[in-house]
Amino acid sequence: MMKVAYYPGCSLHSTAREYDISFQLVCRKLGIELQEIPHWVCCGSSPAHVTSHLLSIALPCKNLILAEEMGLDTVVAPCAACFNRLKIAKQEVAEDSKLKKEVEEVLGKPSAGKIEVKHPLQVIIEDVGLKKVEEMARRKLQGLRVASYYGCLLVRPPSVINFDDPEDPQSMDNLVSALGGEALPWAFKTECCGASFSLSETDIVFELSGEILNEALEAGAECILVACPLCQSNLDLRQKGIEKRRGKKFNLPILYFTELLGLALGMSMRQLGLSRHIVNPSKLLERKLAVT
Amino acid sequence: MKCSIASDKFRRKFAEQIEEICGERISLCYQCGKCSAGCPVTYAMDYLPSQITRFAQLGLTDKAMKSSTIWICASCQTCSVRCPRGIDLAKIMDALRILAKRKGIVPKEQIAPLFDGIFLGSIEKYGRLNELSLITKLNMASGRPFKDVSLLPIMLKKGKIKLKPQKSNPGKEVRYLMRKVEKLESK
Amino acid sequence: MARIGVFVCHCGTNISATVDVKKVAEIAKGFPGVKFTTDYRYMCSEPGQDLIQKMVKEHNLTRIVVAACSPSLHEKTFRTCTQNAGLNPYFFEMANIREQCSWVHDDREEATLKAIDIVKLAAAKVGKNNPLQTTFIPVEKRVLIIGGGISGIQAAIDVAFNGFETVIVEREPSIGGRMAMFDKTFPTLDCAACILTPKMVEVNQSDLIKLYTYSEVEEVSGYVGNFKVKIRRKARLVDENKCNGCGTCWQRCPVRLPSEFDMNLGKRKAIYVPFPQAVPNVPVIDQEHCLYINKKKCGICKKVCPFEAIDYEQKDEVIEEKFGAIIVATGFTMFDHSIYGEYGYGKYKNVTTGLHFERMLNSSGPTGGKIVRPSDGKEAKKVVFIQCVGSRDEARGMPYCSRLCCMYTAKQALLLKEHNPEAEAYVFYIDIRAAGKNYEEFVERVQDEYGATYLRGRVSKIFQRNGRLMVRGCDTLSGTQIEIDADLVVLATALIARPDAIKLAQMLHIPYDQNRLFTEAHPKLAPVETVTTGVFLTGACQSPKDIPDTVATASAASVKACGLLSHEKLPIDPQIARVDVEICSGCLACQEVCPFGAIEKEEIVDRVTQQKRWVAKIAPSLCNGCGACNTACRPGAIDLDGFTEEQIFGQIESLTADKGDER
Repeated sequence: MMKVAYYPGCSLHSTAREYDISFQLVCRKLGIELQEIPHWVCCGSSPAHVTSHLLSIALPCKNLILAEEMGLDTVVAPCAACFNRLKIAKQEVAEDSKLKKEVEEVLGKPSAGKIEVKHPLQVIIEDVGLKKVEEMARRKLQGLRVASYYGCLLVRPPSVINFDDPEDPQSMDNLVSALGGEALPWAFKTECCGASFSLSETDIVFELSGEILNEALEAGAECILVACPLCQSNLDLRQKGIEKRRGKKFNLPILYFTELLGLALGMSMRQLGLSRHIVNPSKLLERKLAVT
Repeated sequence: MKCSIASDKFRRKFAEQIEEICGERISLCYQCGKCSAGCPVTYAMDYLPSQITRFAQLGLTDKAMKSSTIWICASCQTCSVRCPRGIDLAKIMDALRILAKRKGIVPKEQIAPLFDGIFLGSIEKYGRLNELSLITKLNMASGRPFKDVSLLPIMLKKGKIKLKPQKSNPGKEVRYLMRKVEKLESK
Repeated sequence: MARIGVFVCHCGTNISATVDVKKVAEIAKGFPGVKFTTDYRYMCSEPGQDLIQKMVKEHNLTRIVVAACSPSLHEKTFRTCTQNAGLNPYFFEMANIREQCSWVHDDREEATLKAIDIVKLAAAKVGKNNPLQTTFIPVEKRVLIIGGGISGIQAAIDVAFNGFETVIVEREPSIGGRMAMFDKTFPTLDCAACILTPKMVEVNQSDLIKLYTYSEVEEVSGYVGNFKVKIRRKARLVDENKCNGCGTCWQRCPVRLPSEFDMNLGKRKAIYVPFPQAVPNVPVIDQEHCLYINKKKCGICKKVCPFEAIDYEQKDEVIEEKFGAIIVATGFTMFDHSIYGEYGYGKYKNVTTGLHFERMLNSSGPTGGKIVRPSDGKEAKKVVFIQCVGSRDEARGMPYCSRLCCMYTAKQALLLKEHNPEAEAYVFYIDIRAAGKNYEEFVERVQDEYGATYLRGRVSKIFQRNGRLMVRGCDTLSGTQIEIDADLVVLATALIARPDAIKLAQMLHIPYDQNRLFTEAHPKLAPVETVTTGVFLTGACQSPKDIPDTVATASAASVKACGLLSHEKLPIDPQIARVDVEICSGCLACQEVCPFGAIEKEEIVDRVTQQKRWVAKIAPSLCNGCGACNTACRPGAIDLDGFTEEQIFGQIESLTADKGDER
């Protein structure tokens, strides 16, 4: 049994509860034990890195230290923003001795160096393996037409993230294919959804997320698969508003990849918390996958 | 309006300041415009991202820091991945925002910096983000009290926001950490 | 006892600004054997050289030290000057106090001390110099030209015009190279084939030019005047002497394959000539795809050939020939744009390159001169040209400017408009580099007369939407982001060195740069020479070049080659290794380390024992005097003339003795 430290980040305890629920369920099924980091704090997200470079590194470092103190060698962060900030902090501290000294002064502790930061997709593809996932699947996705949307922070900057491709990533597509779904090729996999502007510059989110929804629909998608709570929220919560502004119906459920994986592994929509979505996916999933 | 460029010395100092904050060298940019071509939010900016780098190169610091561009930048890093000179422009945008905040020249009409402040305030207090208070405080501060109010009931119903804030137990630790950062940076 | 004269050069202020030349001259007076010293503004000038000769007579000097610039620049000057003064030319040493001192230091005092040490070393060495005599070797009066593009063709014609025999080795089945693929040429819009084919024919008809097409150079040994070259003549499976190029075979061949010459936009057969004007007009059989070769089926070409020229049993043949000089004309290849995810990783069929576009423009090309979308063959009406793809991109491409893309893109935009005046041409550029005769005027005409839209900015992303290409760029001049839906995108991809350039460079002992481009001997003053005497460069294998520049360097290289061949004998540097057979144990460790293959074993009769034994023997014409054997020789039997152990130790002692005094 693989044991990893779990850094849910603020979203998975609030707006993205269903991501948290489905990820935990999937992990249990796949034999991964998640241990939530006790007393973790916010990674600082974008407000930190646009305000103070040191703060933006110190906050993730605090969490890395907490995780390392658990005696584990891997920390998994499902939120792409958290994942991105943890990876960047780890790398910058390793490469910049002056920064490292400052961070250690702020935290009053030696910084963590060994612990590896992973995104759940990485764990499933690199550690569990698609072959095993395929073998364990109890339900086929029956040609469900899925547009996988990766967003910015999961794959950029490639020099730090070192996972998948920054222009045409494939990991979620490969997962969809392995589970019997149809992974659609499309060009907006890593276009920005507006990210943290959801509350402050909502018009930008309407515009950018609108383009993504439109492109996915044009590509023939029945749903969009995501791996980040910010992307999910922008595409799901704001979809009604986008439809109104563009005068076009999308009705595209925005699913976490853990939810689709959970369904394939035999879980029910209710178990996975799918009722929490704003754009209701149940009709599509009932029709295509005969799930309840 | 005539606008003469800054002295060599001033420009060098400014470039060094940016490099100090984010490790990027603005002098590398040869203005090919690929960043501006790929930026998803130029339509909402007053200047192209490449123009901001040009302002920085010429030492036109006010033009760079008072532009809406640096606040509209979504930090998506599309520019950074594709830059033929290997410049991480997203980091330069961060550096300009940090400098503007330090100098207190953040344009009043920009909402993103208000968001940043309230967000950091929340984690200073609770160690984690409290969405509900973020929304309400931001709405008040930006003079849009009823923004997104219609979404609140469904978000509450779906369990996407909670009335009670989530807390990291050692919340005070974050406050202490932030003070230390401030102290170190003011040196 | 040698009587040494030291002459310290100011080199204007190049040296004197950082080094106190008067002090250097003054202190040098006290070095052992030094009888005269002076300083002068420009030692290399005529009065400077006269001064040396005059002082040799006046002070009865027997050795000369000139403290000036690098020996790579003026050693020859002062050797001749020494000789003119009546001394052996190797009774001279150069002390480099410019490149190795004044140019790299700021502190005048320290630099002066260092210059004094450098002069001291030279003076210590020159006192122990032996007189050396230049020897001569005969010259093989033939030139090898590697590569049969426009550059190799021009070089061959020029060499032949001078009356020397030349051999072109070309890898492809026909000569003609890239130029044969082009439609028209800028800025005159001459048809490429119309100006190239007469030259190809001339090559074919010349008695002095021999063509080895479908052949590759495999091994090069020897040295200037006497290169030995192994050439692999790949099996064509067609007898060149019997075939008359009637074309019956390829008309009847049932196998259809993408044509490399047509950039895979058209088809060729398994037995084919790459294009109608091919020289020689003899087909080759593509052994990888021929049905007979692979499955012993078909055999139609053999059956229909009226001349019984098809020979399935033909094998590769390796021949060896001798040459006096080699001209490298291997050209370039195109940067592979499929590394750019933002341009679709090479997946989009309608994202093409300049070479694809040339083939489409060409009326004898795969589309019959129609500009179409490769995806569906429909006419392309809206074409976006993108410059600098892979050029000027340190992050993922080449750091340099490919130099001709601005011009050919302008030409292609113009030709698009000529083919279809309704078509729209958009050109994304960063800078327009049109420095050439009538180039700028040409680009202006393309914009003004033909109405091509030039947009200043690099394109960030190309993607497909509803079967059309969306091109996301920007125009930094107006400060606007621009999205164009295009039928066709043409990428001006960088010109880069061929993938096997390094292999050839190693074979020829010529250096290459970080971009794998062959390095000229001097960027300004020896642009077609290499550091290996007798090997010359022409065309794009040295750096991206357009046709005029390529032709110019081809003529330049042939003049250099012919210049060598015009001598009956060539002098060789006497500063080479020498074996003392009395000491040599015959272990031949030296042979292992010699990079030039200059050491052979020789049987001698031992003077004392009267027994036969092996010793090392140096071929003077091959030895470059690098000294590798010298250091590898355990018994110390090898010494290097001009850099003998005695000279080197003399130098070390001169420095250490002095430092001992200071302590």
